[in-house]
Amino acid sequence: MIHDSIVFSPTSLDEAYGLLAERSPGARIVAGGTDLMVLMNGRLLDAKDFIDIWRLNELRGVTDEGEAIRIGALTTYTQLIKSPLIQLNIPALAEASRTIGAIQIQNRGTIGGNIVNASPAGDSLPVLAAFDADVEVGSVRGVRRVSFNHFYTGYRKTVMKPDEIVLAVSSRKLKPDERSFFFKVGTRRAQAISKIVMAVKVGMTDRVINSIKIGLGSVAPTVIRAVETELLLTNAILDATIIEQARRTISREVAPITDVRSTEHYRRTVTGNVLAKILRQLM
Amino acid sequence: MKVTLQINGAEREIDVSPMKRLLDVLREDLRLTGAKEGCGEGECGACSVIINGEVINSCLVPICQMQGANILTVEGLLRDGQLVPLQQVFLECGAAQCGICTPGMIISARSLLDTNQHPTRDEIKEAIAGNLCRCTGYIKIIDAIERAAETG
Amino acid sequence: MAVGQNVLRKEGYEKLTGAARYVDDITLEGMLYGKTVRSSIPHGRIKTITFAPDYDWSRVVIADYRDIPGDNYVALIENDQPLLAETEIRHCEEPVLLIAAESKHEAEIAAQHVSIEYEELPPLLTIEESLKCSEIIYGLDNIFKSFLIARGDVDDGLKQADHVIVGEYRVPHQEQLYIETQGMIAVPAKDSMTVMGSMQCPYYVHKAIKQLFNLDDEQTIVIQTTTGGGFGGKEEYPSMIAAHAALLAHKAQRPVKMIYDRAEDIAATPKRHPGIIRHRTGVMSDGRLVANEIDILFDGGAYATLSSVVLSRGAIHSQGPYKCDNIRITARAVATNTPPNGAFRGFGAPQVTFAYEMQMEKIAAELGIDPLDLRRINMLREGDITATGQRLTWSVGSEDVLNAAVERSGFIEKRRTISQKNNNRSTRRGIGLSFFFHGAGFTGSGEAKMKAQAGVEITPEGQARILSGSTEIGQGTRTIFCQIVADELGISYGDVEIEEPDTSRVPDSGPTVASRTCMVVGRVVQLAAREVGEKLLRFVAERFGEAEVKLIEGCFTTDGKRLASFGKAAREYINLHGELRAYARYANPPGIEWDDDTYTGDAYPVFSYGADVAEVEVDMDTYEVTALKITTAQDIGRAIHPILAAGQIEGGTLQAVGYGLFEELVWDRGRVVNNRLTNYIIPTSLDAPEMETIIVEKEYPHGPFGAKGVGELPMDGAAPAIAAAVFNATGVFVTEIPITPERLLASFESLQRAEPKRM
Repeated sequence: MIHDSIVFSPTSLDEAYGLLAERSPGARIVAGGTDLMVLMNGRLLDAKDFIDIWRLNELRGVTDEGEAIRIGALTTYTQLIKSPLIQLNIPALAEASRTIGAIQIQNRGTIGGNIVNASPAGDSLPVLAAFDADVEVGSVRGVRRVSFNHFYTGYRKTVMKPDEIVLAVSSRKLKPDERSFFFKVGTRRAQAISKIVMAVKVGMTDRVINSIKIGLGSVAPTVIRAVETELLLTNAILDATIIEQARRTISREVAPITDVRSTEHYRRTVTGNVLAKILRQLM
Repeated sequence: MKVTLQINGAEREIDVSPMKRLLDVLREDLRLTGAKEGCGEGECGACSVIINGEVINSCLVPICQMQGANILTVEGLLRDGQLVPLQQVFLECGAAQCGICTPGMIISARSLLDTNQHPTRDEIKEAIAGNLCRCTGYIKIIDAIERAAETG
Repeated sequence: MAVGQNVLRKEGYEKLTGAARYVDDITLEGMLYGKTVRSSIPHGRIKTITFAPDYDWSRVVIADYRDIPGDNYVALIENDQPLLAETEIRHCEEPVLLIAAESKHEAEIAAQHVSIEYEELPPLLTIEESLKCSEIIYGLDNIFKSFLIARGDVDDGLKQADHVIVGEYRVPHQEQLYIETQGMIAVPAKDSMTVMGSMQCPYYVHKAIKQLFNLDDEQTIVIQTTTGGGFGGKEEYPSMIAAHAALLAHKAQRPVKMIYDRAEDIAATPKRHPGIIRHRTGVMSDGRLVANEIDILFDGGAYATLSSVVLSRGAIHSQGPYKCDNIRITARAVATNTPPNGAFRGFGAPQVTFAYEMQMEKIAAELGIDPLDLRRINMLREGDITATGQRLTWSVGSEDVLNAAVERSGFIEKRRTISQKNNNRSTRRGIGLSFFFHGAGFTGSGEAKMKAQAGVEITPEGQARILSGSTEIGQGTRTIFCQIVADELGISYGDVEIEEPDTSRVPDSGPTVASRTCMVVGRVVQLAAREVGEKLLRFVAERFGEAEVKLIEGCFTTDGKRLASFGKAAREYINLHGELRAYARYANPPGIEWDDDTYTGDAYPVFSYGADVAEVEVDMDTYEVTALKITTAQDIGRAIHPILAAGQIEGGTLQAVGYGLFEELVWDRGRVVNNRLTNYIIPTSLDAPEMETIIVEKEYPHGPFGAKGVGELPMDGAAPAIAAAVFNATGVFVTEIPITPERLLASFESLQRAEPKRM
């Protein structure tokens, strides 16, 4: 596979669009390599045709667009961790990035890669879900925006066409009355795939929850929002009773499985416990 | 594919298949066998090298992305055949037992100390969290990096 | 003095600079790359093997069992394991065919073009299934080996006891996870075969290759390359991979390199024996153990390999370092259709230690006796008798380690106050204790039969060179042997070197296993050095006509007068006699007696002792257990090199933390599904507890400078100490490891249903 590979390394987006139009499906995009190369090393992917996008500087950078923060698809986790814009406006994303792999992975893994890899366990995805992010997707046909919460159609399936590439993801900033939380339970403290992963964005005035968005990973075939639980909590007064109700509701709402890493029962139970723990911090 | 890069301060040109892993290019084409393959999936860190100032698993990097890159491997640390202070401290503290994780550990330690001259013990543990060791229990590795930081 | 000093590791420079050559760093001219084609079913017969016609088979060399010049088995104990399957398949990943090609990539392509059709048979995949005997896959009853150790009258003891406590404990497979995977290079020559690679026991490989290729001792050359971790995982398995490489090399008449990738390594090579251990203990109300009935079941996998010896050590250790006059220990190793299990640090002891220490915790809880007091009441002290009837006469540091660990950790005070701090519902802290021992050297008559040999020679430059088949696998063999010889000869550590473990150059010192390298082989090395020193001393005395000659600081002197330096004297001796060398062999200390038939007597010349105190924090939302700190006191007789000894203790302790909290194999119909590092979880630096290590030196008079074994002892104690701490923190008494959050949640919920008031 490696020995007779064909690789194109475009230096402009237009060039990349052209290559994708010509060579997809079949051509695989190579960015940081932290997902793709693992598959190739493990002989789980037999590909010969590659489009290496590492030189597309247009896809890098974290910019303040006023209402939103725009994050280039090739932004690495290390860049997210270090970015003052992210730390201030989407703190949960910096927190999530810290829990991914270890420093070697953070230096190469990209947010675009996390999005298109479409794993239900992708650690940045619950944050993007909770923040109602938008994904910018480009091709020879132009650029379109897809709401992140409509990006996945099933297990490891996205709305992207074979010749499209993720350009960036944009997220609203935290408002003054809002806070964000991120919590991951992994198989160990580093280099861990999540058993459950949760991001919460909540806006409160005194004890009243004005709005709450809960993004979850590893408890369903895709990243999800806990809409039933959000409904329960929106406009509610935060107290021990509602926290307990929320715990039960979210445990019921998720659809986890038993797999090599964990059990359905554990995932259900701990999802509820983690939400309760986060809500208690708000009291 | 021809790729020109800086390895341990020297410019090298190689002609290899573009998707060949940097780890294999180092070990086979450049005969630098310090970086090791422990897992092939970016979990163990035995293949860690510093690329443009960042510590990275070379088993996950395709060579086509390394045009013009500046790479430091464990072999690049020696000064006239002498151990640099970081290596000497590792040796004195008993931080290397079987030695297979050691090149990667040294590289991660070096990367940490290049950017943080006074790391806390917790920061040291974070910095080597991507380097698995089965022999030492990590204790003497953390001790060594702590001491290396103290003695500058 | 070098002994007791933290001299620099002999091969440290190479390891620190990336210059050390592990087998995959070596490339030979004309070398081919080997790949193994393995069975995908756990039990059955091969019907057909098809080589796809659309592949050019002239590009590769293929070997199967018919190419073996000798007999198709890998020599070990029972010789029941074939090198390559013929028709019968007994486990997933059983090797069937070997392929050699110009590149690794080519070998893999070729392997993808081989398809094997099987007739499947029902597999036995667990101990319970094996015992039911719905299929017979070994002998008459699927039992590889059984032991009985009995003393006194256990049935009477149980009747007389005030309380009878029953417990059943389960321990999982564990993968050694050496960071360097298995690898070998075989180089054929006209009348010889050389294999070099990652291994612990060159002479085991030597024995296997000789038989398989009909070669004699000199024609078989085995060389250990720098080895990146072994932990027992490279005790017996290297014979298999070496012979595979050699068979391809033999057929191709070219060197062949074979390196496993991580997935193959975890899936196909031996693991720690999983087990079920049952205790029925008779205890008096004052805490004295008066009857001990223990039943041990180990899963040996598909072939006998080392199961009999693992079982033996397990059985002998199963009562723990405690006194009891009435015992019955029954032990069985059973066959299953899984890859054969084998050596892993501890070798049966970690399994039974988890069981006996949890049983002690259970007894303490049920009787309302403090766990520390219970240990003190029953512990073995000097003069006491063990389960096999051995009287402990020398180097009994049992009380010392327990006191040291308890004192340094603040166990008593913390145990009193820790629950008060658990009002915070979110996390709970606990502290727990374990007390354990480990026999050093081969069991019973093993060392007496082995008669391990080592030599010391002096080079013309006046340096000492050690000749031994013992290997460096990170634990410090090369360093401590040089320290021992330096002090024995009175020369500097820098003037001692050690020969590479190459069977054409060094004698058989026995395998590098069983915590014997320092105590047994180090002793032999010391004696060989002594003999060389004495030869030279006599030579100098004669030469100068002096009666009272002494070697002081590298110089032969008499009455304060310098006669000759060590180097000068050695050069003269060698000029005259051609060489200066001596070999020595191991002999047991006087008074060691062992009966193989009744399994009674002195099981080991001496035991090492340990005590662990573990502090944990349990997250009551996620059920994750964090090992915060482990204080460990270990009596190892004498620390030849304190830092290396501490390194062994710390490394072994973390492996035991992994055993207790993180590591297990996940199976699906006989094959391992978590055979990658993403899913076989070993601790990272962020998972490792802080450790405080106390080395206790209760000198063993028959070990080099008082040293006994250290390699395996650290593996025995941390898992039960952590489990005891979890019990202290949560009230959940676990009987199975690893204590994963999933298991803890399930156990906690069971406890809540049973005792709602307690929570």
